[in-house]
Amino acid sequence: MTKYAYYPGCSLESLAVSYNLSAVAAARELGLELVELDDWNCCGATSYFHIDELFAHTLVARNIAIAEKEGLDFVAPCSGCFKNAYFTNEHLKEDPDLADHINYALAADDLSLNGSTKVRHLLDVFIEDVGYEGIKEKVTTPLDGLRVAPYYGCQLVRPRKNGEEIENPQFFEGLISAIGADPVDYSSKMRCCGGSLIVTNRKAALDMVYRLLLDASNRDTDVIATICPMCNVNLEVYQKQVNREYNTNFDIPAMYFTQLIGLALGIAPGRLGIGKELVSMAPSLLA
Amino acid sequence: MATEITFSDEIANLLYASEGNPLNTCIQCGTCAGTCPAVEYMDHTPRVLIGMIGANLRDEVLLSNTYWSCSSCYHCTVRCPAGIDITGLMYGLKRYSMWKDQHKEGLIGPSFSESFIKMIMRTGRSFEPVLAPTYVTKYGSREMFQEARTATALFFKGRMPLLPKRIKRLDNFRQMVRRIIPLGGPS
Repeated sequence: MTKYAYYPGCSLESLAVSYNLSAVAAARELGLELVELDDWNCCGATSYFHIDELFAHTLVARNIAIAEKEGLDFVAPCSGCFKNAYFTNEHLKEDPDLADHINYALAADDLSLNGSTKVRHLLDVFIEDVGYEGIKEKVTTPLDGLRVAPYYGCQLVRPRKNGEEIENPQFFEGLISAIGADPVDYSSKMRCCGGSLIVTNRKAALDMVYRLLLDASNRDTDVIATICPMCNVNLEVYQKQVNREYNTNFDIPAMYFTQLIGLALGIAPGRLGIGKELVSMAPSLLA
Repeated sequence: MATEITFSDEIANLLYASEGNPLNTCIQCGTCAGTCPAVEYMDHTPRVLIGMIGANLRDEVLLSNTYWSCSSCYHCTVRCPAGIDITGLMYGLKRYSMWKDQHKEGLIGPSFSESFIKMIMRTGRSFEPVLAPTYVTKYGSREMFQEARTATALFFKGRMPLLPKRIKRLDNFRQMVRRIIPLGGPS
């Protein structure tokens, strides 16, 4: 079993508990052990950067430093956590003065950072370390005929990390094909779900969710696959509010990619947190 | 006598460490405005806002809801033909408005960010069940009722824990923050 320093992030302890369950279970089935980072703290989402950059980088750096101590890759299932950790790690490598300053702060918790840790998103670990073929080999119940819309959202791909394709990437489609489902081609896959505007500007966020759901539903989507707790919550928990606001009848489940992989690997739905959603995924999966 | 620093200099200083190009390289093409998913809810498009900064319209910029309507999706940043980190600018303006304690009336963003940080200093982690519902009162009684129903449903699905988790080394954590922000540190 390959080990990783797993940083679940705060959402995976509450609203996105299904993501946590399914991530750990699906990873194990694929020979990956997600070892939860000891005593991790909140990455700050976007809020730390609204207050002070140095403060924000320090709080993010603490988590990376814990992973560095373990000598394992830092893996986040949340796009926001991933983006924060990735760029803090990069900035500290490029800016020794900043690194010195932050290491002085980290010393208060017996930690230090030298930039040797690789920061990765969980989806990248599945695709790069197991691979489409590796996943295909372990599929016992392919999701034949299920139309799955890959929802990339924002911060996994933006800002660009390392020269990768960001306007129309295909790696998520590849993963969906590997488990036997049909990836839906729709134009909104890179558009924002509204993120925390769901709290701070409800109207704007509901509008953004509405457009995503509309596009997906026009393309006969059975399930939207997500890679971030924030995206999933906005698309799923607020779907009712969208229906009320826009007089629509959307009934499209949003599932974490780890739940879909888990099902294809034959893991029992309960162990993947299936049943905890507000928009039930049962009809499309049983159809 | 020292020369007075203009508002646009101040904003430029705010972004000096950014990897993007300076704001005065903006060609006013409007790609950012055309890309932004929240632009309809902004007082000024990002393009107009950059023009306003160049024209030193400090008060108008501070009263704009534009940066507080930014969801940090970075779509404008990756498409800007002039290579300006527009999302980074929005973050910078949020910080500027927090420091100056000046923003448009009725915005939730500034107080949300502040309570988020306070929560982290108390426990080391963020706790969604408390964070979001605090602000829903601002959206009227119908929305509040809906939110309460959603919260109840989430609770019965096991997605709403009642107590926040605390990190174990909270004392070290706070000391670490005090080394970065020495004045008026958290207690």
